[in-house]
This record gives sequence, C-alpha cells and structure tokens, in this order.
Amino acid sequence: MGGRESTLVLLDENGIRCDGRKIDEPRRIMIKAGGLKNADGSAYIEFGDNKILVGVFGPRDVHPKHMSNTDTGILRVRYHMEPFSVGERKNPAPSRREIEISKVIKEALMPAVILDKFPRTAVDVFIEVLQADGGTRCAALSAASVALADAGIPMRDLVAACAAGKAADTIILDVNNEEDQAGQADMPIGYMPSLEKITLLQLDGVLSPEEFKKCVNVGVDGCKIVYDLQKKALNEKYFQNGRDQ
Amino acid sequence: MVQQSIIDDLKKSQILDLLEQGKRIDGRAFDEPRKATVEVNAIPKANGSARVRLGDTEALCGVKIQPDRPFPDMGDKGIFICTAELLPLSHPSVETGPPNPDVIELARVVDRGIRESHMVDVAELVIEKDKSVVGVFADIVVVDYDGNLFDACSYAATAALLNSKMPKWEMKDDIPTLVEGEESDLPTTTIPVSITMAKIGNHIVVDPNSDEWACMDSRVTITTDSLGNIVAMQKGGNDGFTVEEIIKCGELSIKAGAQIRETLKNAIKSD
Repeated sequence: MGGRESTLVLLDENGIRCDGRKIDEPRRIMIKAGGLKNADGSAYIEFGDNKILVGVFGPRDVHPKHMSNTDTGILRVRYHMEPFSVGERKNPAPSRREIEISKVIKEALMPAVILDKFPRTAVDVFIEVLQADGGTRCAALSAASVALADAGIPMRDLVAACAAGKAADTIILDVNNEEDQAGQADMPIGYMPSLEKITLLQLDGVLSPEEFKKCVNVGVDGCKIVYDLQKKALNEKYFQNGRDQ
Repeated sequence: MVQQSIIDDLKKSQILDLLEQGKRIDGRAFDEPRKATVEVNAIPKANGSARVRLGDTEALCGVKIQPDRPFPDMGDKGIFICTAELLPLSHPSVETGPPNPDVIELARVVDRGIRESHMVDVAELVIEKDKSVVGVFADIVVVDYDGNLFDACSYAATAALLNSKMPKWEMKDDIPTLVEGEESDLPTTTIPVSITMAKIGNHIVVDPNSDEWACMDSRVTITTDSLGNIVAMQKGGNDGFTVEEIIKCGELSIKAGAQIRETLKNAIKSD
C-alpha cells in the first residue's frame, strides 16, 4: 500500500488502467446463486480474477451451546483463504487478517439479517476464497449476501460491496491487486442500496477531505452496480421460466 | 471489547433520552473527546514510551528498537510493527489466552492508522540494504477499561514513537554492531490521530465512554494526519451509516483530531 516502487503504469495518458479498464469501470463480475447441494444457501462469485465460494447453514443449533442467545439468533462468519489462492502458499490456519475480515464482514451483514425470530440458533456463513486478486472482502461480502438470501434468511436488503480508491492521483472504482499494492488508497465499502446504509467501511491510504467524499460516492455507485448483479443472480435461480429450480 | 452486562440495556434508554435532549451521559458535547492525559517516557528502559489516560481508559505503550532482517521484498525499508493486548487486570471479563477477534481488530486498526500515515519513516531505518534494517516495535497494553480502546491505544503508540530515541548501528563483519553513545530521534514525518465515533440511535458522538460503547449501534474510527488528510478508517458494530453521516464523521475526525494532536505535541515538548 503506497510504498512499493514499480515500473507498472497504473493509469495511462488516455485514462486507461493497467488492466484496460476506465477509471469508473468495475472488473468483470459473475455471481451465481446456489450450486452447493448440502448447504442451506450458497453462492459463487467471480470478481475479476477473484473466485469465491460461500455456503450458509442455518438457522440451526448452536455449538458450543454457551454462544447461543435466548433473545435472537446469532450470525457467525468465517472468511478463509485456501493455501493455493495466492502467489506464495498461504498457511491454512486462520491468520489475524482473516479473523479481522471475518469480523468486519459479519458486522456488515448484521444490519441486513433479521434473526430475532430464531432465538437460540446460529446462522453460519462459510466463505472460501479459492483464488484471490485484490478486493476479496468486497467480493466475499457480496456473495455472502446472495447466499444468505438463497438460504431463505429474512433480510432487510442485500449488502452489495465494492472498493473505491486512489491510484496515480486519481479516484478509481474497484481497486485490483496491482492498484492495491502500488496505489495510494483502498477503501472497501459495503452498502445496502434500498436502505441507503453503509455497513462495511475501511480505508488505508492517504486522501484529502475532498478526495474522501468523492471516494465514498464513487464506491457507493460501484455497490449499486454489484447490487443489480446480485438481484439478477437470485432472479435467475428462482424465477427462470417462472419456476423454482 | 469486554463483556457487557445487563445494566447496559437499562442505561441505553437513559443515554438515548439524554441524546434526544442534546446531552451526553457524562455532560460532554457530541463532538468533544474526553481529556487525554499523556505521560511520555513512563518506561525509561524502553527506547520510547507513553502512558495515556482517556477518561478512565488507560493504555501504555513501549517502543523497542533493534536490528532485524528486512522483509524479503522490502530490503530498502525498515520494519514497523504495532501490537495491542488487553491485560487481565483491565476488566473482570478479560481472560488470558489467545486474543479474541475484538482484540485482533484493535491491534490491526491501531497499526494501520500509524502505518498508513507513514509516520515512521521506514526508508531511514536501513543499516545495510537487503541485509540489515532497524525494526521498531510498538507494543501496547491496555491497563484499565472505560470504552474506546482504539483511540487510547493509538495515542499511546503515537506519543511513544514521538518520544523514541533510536540507537545507532553499523555493519562490522556482516553483523550490525551498536555504536555507543550515538542516539537520535526516531525519524517521523507526521502525527496521526485516530478519532472513534459511535452512532447511538441517530446521534453521532465522539470518543464514546464505556456506557456509550456498550449501547452503541455502530462505530467508525477515522485516522487523520498533520495535514488534515484522512489516512485510515474502520467501521464496526452491527448497524450502518448513511453517506452523509460518514462524511460528517470525516469532518469531525479532522476537527477533534487537531485538538488531540496539540495535546500530544505539548506532552512531548514538556518532557
């Protein structure tokens, strides 16, 4: 983040980024609802070169029991990267980074899910990053929302996520791995478009107050693009030919 | 961060009622952080240290500076690492053992705020490129709990770094060797200040105390640098913010951050 020198041109004179995108253009996004047989709900997302699979179980009994809440169901999220998902093999044990991301994704989903009708139960969200290429937490959060909806968990809205950031002194949408490494700022945003609420927000990198405002707005616009694709994925599964597949 | 008790639910309605009337439970204005007391050089055996009290939250940071091997792809940069830990004596609900996700988040958010501000000038911490660099380790312990550990820990680390003296090493026979009697200030470029804001109902308050922390709906921590840039951010808690609220939080963090920055500067000066 901001420190590494590189010969890579992040933005050329025509405003085209290192992977051929325009500044306000997201990477190719493909979301599929369902796909896993045993999970209660599931989703698969390809977000640029990120490939992420999410399975949801529940509401179901809570183990260990002391975690259960008599007033409401609980949400548990595990974000995990496969050892082969990144350049150099990753130790399969959960890292501190993965524990933090699990927590921020959980807190991004909490405003969306309605669990008070399921006291003493847990909804478990398992996120498996099969291939990582920058922006995994946003892609994972977007897929997790679809998987929760696929599991039939009552929700106020889907959480759509996309990062905005700054590279080559320009505010850009959907920061890729190279831009994250060599760029100036990365701001992942999770947003519930119908409720107009930001539920995930992080930033690393330097932004002036004006750039900060622009970055939030660019990111929210990106979330709206992802939102349409999430809805399309659910539509494709449940309303194709007017029947439940 | 720490376990919440049933009394917090009862206090929540009182806190909310007061906020509706434009008041906070401890009488502060909405945009007013608690008074930060900063004592630098609290641990003379460390290369730099600071004890910070924010309300009744207390954090102690010690900085150790020692030669280290550089990271493989970062041979021309020194190492900066910041950790945070809750001591069992800080609250009855804190247990020993591996850190829970709250504490991991705390440590990572504090580290990120300082790292992303580029406060520690790691390019100046090279003894011999690709072979030996200076490692700066800022270890923070929480001694007492009264809400908002993020900011207390961040101020303790920042003050300790500003207070740090760096020994000098030279390569002799491929081993970094201490040059006696030569010490300099740790090279720093800016003073990052984190400001944590809690959203309770539709109200946003700066620097929540333990009562406010226990009943908030969501929170956001924003770190600014000396130039008034925003350098790091972290949202937490089980609710969200509107775009307008986040932009307002950005403005609050710049304003409140400037006050705290003066407090930190004065503490270093008076040392």
